Amino acid sequence: MLEQLAVVLDALPYILQGALVTLGIVGGAMSLGLVMGIPMAVGLVYGPRFVRFILGIYVWFFRGVPILTLMFLFYFGIFDLLGLNLSALSATAIVLGMTSAAYQSQIFRGSIEALPQGQLKASRALGMSDMQGVCSIILPQALRLSIPGWSNEFSIILKDSALAYVVGAMDMFTRTHFVASRTYEHLTLFITAGAIYFIITMVGVKLLLTLEKKVRIPGYTT
Amino acid sequence: MATPILQMQNICKTLSGKEILRSVSLDINRGELKVLIGPSGAGKSTFLQCINYLLTPEHGQIVLEGNIVDTASKKELYSYRQQVGMIFQDFNLFDHLTALDNVAIALRKVKGMSKKEALDIAHKELDRVGLSDKGNLYPAELSGGQKQRVAIARALAMEPKVLLLDEPTSALDPELVGEVLSVIRDLAKEGLTMIMATHQMDFARALADEIVFMQQGEIIERGSPASLLKEGSGTRTADFCNKLSDMCEEID
Repeated sequence: MLEQLAVVLDALPYILQGALVTLGIVGGAMSLGLVMGIPMAVGLVYGPRFVRFILGIYVWFFRGVPILTLMFLFYFGIFDLLGLNLSALSATAIVLGMTSAAYQSQIFRGSIEALPQGQLKASRALGMSDMQGVCSIILPQALRLSIPGWSNEFSIILKDSALAYVVGAMDMFTRTHFVASRTYEHLTLFITAGAIYFIITMVGVKLLLTLEKKVRIPGYTT
Repeated sequence: MATPILQMQNICKTLSGKEILRSVSLDINRGELKVLIGPSGAGKSTFLQCINYLLTPEHGQIVLEGNIVDTASKKELYSYRQQVGMIFQDFNLFDHLTALDNVAIALRKVKGMSKKEALDIAHKELDRVGLSDKGNLYPAELSGGQKQRVAIARALAMEPKVLLLDEPTSALDPELVGEVLSVIRDLAKEGLTMIMATHQMDFARALADEIVFMQQGEIIERGSPASLLKEGSGTRTADFCNKLSDMCEEID
């Protein structure tokens, strides 16, 4: 027992460094997903037919193909073909981010469509352009409604980030696996890693819940 | 006689295959209040939305102060809409903004005012509709009548030349109708040009310069309240109003 504890304690700094890498991947992927997902959602709701069609294909593709397949396809295939020399870490973040964009676009689309569209009409009636109406009236409300869905997406991406292993990025999972194969303490080490994933999820979800409460509109219920 | 401030000429509109407006024309002079009445489905709301180009008519044109509005130019369209305000039946306030910010946002985004300038005007406009103490409340914290008054303040802040009102009291509880009508009455007395769809016949009788009766996408009758609503005048308008008041009596 003490022996196992010693192994874990010994490996902990190394694994925790991996946790930072994992957080980096999640942060990058969520941000990329957000930056792509918002305009995609706007395009899916308000865009002309051909824009909706193209975005539909994008969403269909990234939701339809397993992430593991996408990782191989992009890291060993498409990025190479494009002559991009990406590190395993950024490749993972980008593939997860592009996948997340597909899911996030659906989260935001749902929120936009849940809003009473009369508000956009009212903004037009005041002389605002559609762009101004969407950016200053629709999105601030839609993003508030999206926080619960976004918190889901965060917990999913966090766990998907372990796929970094297959391209050799040194995230928490890969590092834990390295230590385990050297020390044969799989059980304790993966319990440790699992606990850290669990704590990160809990903290992240709690933070998003706090944010949700903080930006709640007084008196507003849907 | 001076040119009408706003002229709608032969407006036609079809919505999902159904002809809603059949070549409707209407002129309004500065300072006039015209009241649109008619059964639901008559096209009143569609007509008002076409006037503001929230719906684009298939045919017809709109002339503001002698100039044909060219909707092909986005810039001209946006500037036209600033000059023709719109009040909706269900208020359409911006739910995430306080009453003050609801009024201020278009001043900032459209007129490019600073935050301070915009809020100063917002304070004044809320005061004008009797809501100076509600500025920091959100729409969900206001009553229906208060919401509609904020909506009116929001439209007035843009200093519109014409204000369109689409059944502004229809979504309100009966006891809240009065406070909104009294604001509109004040505006009429101040000489704001308005076109209003409503079922409030007493209001129309007292304040309208002209009543315009619409049915099945056409203007059937028009004239002063006195001539249209006179007892025994035999007009469709009088008939419709009698039906309205009969209905009220039955309910009472």
